[in-house]
Amino acid sequence: MASILIHAAEQGLLYGIAALGVFITYRILNFPDLTVDGSFVTGAAIASSLLVSHGFDPFLVLLIAFAAGAVAGVITGLLNTRLGITDLLAGVLSMIMLYSINLRIMGRPNISLLRVDTIIRVVERGFHPLGGMSVLVFVGLVTLAVMLILVLFFKTEIGLVLRATGDNERMVIAQGVNTKRMKVGGLALSNGLVALSGALVAQYSGFADVGMGIGTIVTGLAAVIIGGSLIRSRKVLWMTTSVLIGSLIYRTAVMFALRYGYVIGFQASDLKLVTSIIVIIALVVPAFRERMSRRVKAC
Amino acid sequence: MLKLESIRKAFRSGQDIVLALGGIDLDMEKGDFVTVIGSNGAGKSTLLNVIAGTILPTAGKVVVKGRNVTTLPAYRRAQWIGRITQDPLAGTAPMMTIAENLALASKRAHRSLRLAITRKRRNEMIDQMLSLGMNLEHRLDDPVSLLSGGERQALTVTMATLARPEILLLDEHTAALDPGNATRVSQLTEEFVKRMGVTTIMVTHNMEHALALGNRLLMMNKGEVVYDFGGQEKEALTVLDLVELFSKQHIVDDELLLETG
Ligand SMILES: Nc1ncnc2c1ncn2[C@@H]1O[C@H](COP(=O)(O)OP(=O)(O)OP(=O)(O)O)[C@@H](O)[C@H]1O
Ligand SMILES: [Mg+2]
Repeated sequence: MASILIHAAEQGLLYGIAALGVFITYRILNFPDLTVDGSFVTGAAIASSLLVSHGFDPFLVLLIAFAAGAVAGVITGLLNTRLGITDLLAGVLSMIMLYSINLRIMGRPNISLLRVDTIIRVVERGFHPLGGMSVLVFVGLVTLAVMLILVLFFKTEIGLVLRATGDNERMVIAQGVNTKRMKVGGLALSNGLVALSGALVAQYSGFADVGMGIGTIVTGLAAVIIGGSLIRSRKVLWMTTSVLIGSLIYRTAVMFALRYGYVIGFQASDLKLVTSIIVIIALVVPAFRERMSRRVKAC
Repeated sequence: MLKLESIRKAFRSGQDIVLALGGIDLDMEKGDFVTVIGSNGAGKSTLLNVIAGTILPTAGKVVVKGRNVTTLPAYRRAQWIGRITQDPLAGTAPMMTIAENLALASKRAHRSLRLAITRKRRNEMIDQMLSLGMNLEHRLDDPVSLLSGGERQALTVTMATLARPEILLLDEHTAALDPGNATRVSQLTEEFVKRMGVTTIMVTHNMEHALALGNRLLMMNKGEVVYDFGGQEKEALTVLDLVELFSKQHIVDDELLLETG
């Protein structure tokens, strides 16, 4: 039981970094970005192939993964802002392109990391006095650091402009800002984080698979929405905290569903269906509630 | 400071082509204050949009400070040009706080990774809000979406002043406000224009404002400037004169009749 919770927490934090990426596009930039399903794998693929074939340092590959994800975000951004392709389609195109690219990077559909020194092994050695908690502590520190850097960034001049771009683009243009560049930058940051998450998850679970990114957008949205319904605040600190809490809750629920769900006939393969339905409900309920309250007022 | 050379703008709407601007020439010196009147659809907003760069003219040239900016994107013209429109929602970011909106306005060029709101900056903001006299100094951390239209428009004017534009475009910027707020917002604007000597174009349907403010008055109709009064000519004009000119042009302006009673 305790070990389930520890694993759920570890995963909640690792996938939480991807959820922070989704939060940036969906909540801050107001840009529903599907690139993440591809860039998550890009991070995992780059990290794994550099570790396995080239013996890179497991920390260094995280930075490289972030950079690769950022490039993917830039491509989506350019498709949208320079070529005028709608946001959803730009994301889909990037995602599909990335599928081929990820296979190229990996050279095969999956890579096992069982024989290499992953970041997790390094941490288990280095933090060994903590025993079974060592990975959780490390993952918690990494995720908190990412979150705090993000919070600080959104308080800088550029961070403020990025937030305003998603809020009232015309106003930001009138303040002398090239909002196209801002969107491209925001997408780069978002997909960089998603790829970082992918690189961490690959090292954590000991493999990279070309299909491991499917549904990243939906699980990211689930975390954003669950967290947002628990903590209603406009402050970036609280919003980002809520995303991580949402991710933790989601992963815990998934763990329990996988472990005990068989009682009601639940299979692992049903997970994406159930998650999507939860997201649909979470998206529709507020709109529905508003319509109802308006109808009541009209009476 | 600002020069327009035979600006034309045609819009395509379905099969038809609407000529919103049919060859506008205008030359403004630094510190000039032009008021623009004209019926609905005369092309006043289109004119300001062409100057601000949010729409491209079909033909003609826009020159700012001797530089041809006709095709320069709007965000690059923003270093000289500030604009306030009729819509109180247009000038501020609703989800962000008053302080954050003010911080966005005060810094035009070269935004960096410095902290946007320092303690010093916050104290300045409190002073700026105190001088508005709308009790907003206690609400710096409220999202702007909670403000009334008048409060938002007053904030927009403050933001425009912080950016220190050299050219200010006002498009019926008090039209959506109640009389009290409208008066307050026009006072703020006047103070700002006087203090900074900023080159200003103000579109209005209020004939008294059009006569009381500025040193030049344009009357537009169907995309053309039909009358252009400067200096003493403008001083001598009365509301009645304007009404007469309107009827001479067979211009019907419902808003005009309402406001001159
Ligand atoms: N985007 C557009 N597409 C098509 N026609 C347009 C567009 N914008 C403006 N027009 C047309 O151009 C003409 C001038 O419009 P404009 O908004 O400049 O008038 P205005 O003088 O500001 O009027 P008002 O006093 O009502 O604000 C109108 O006939 C209008 O219908
Ligand atoms: Mg108009």
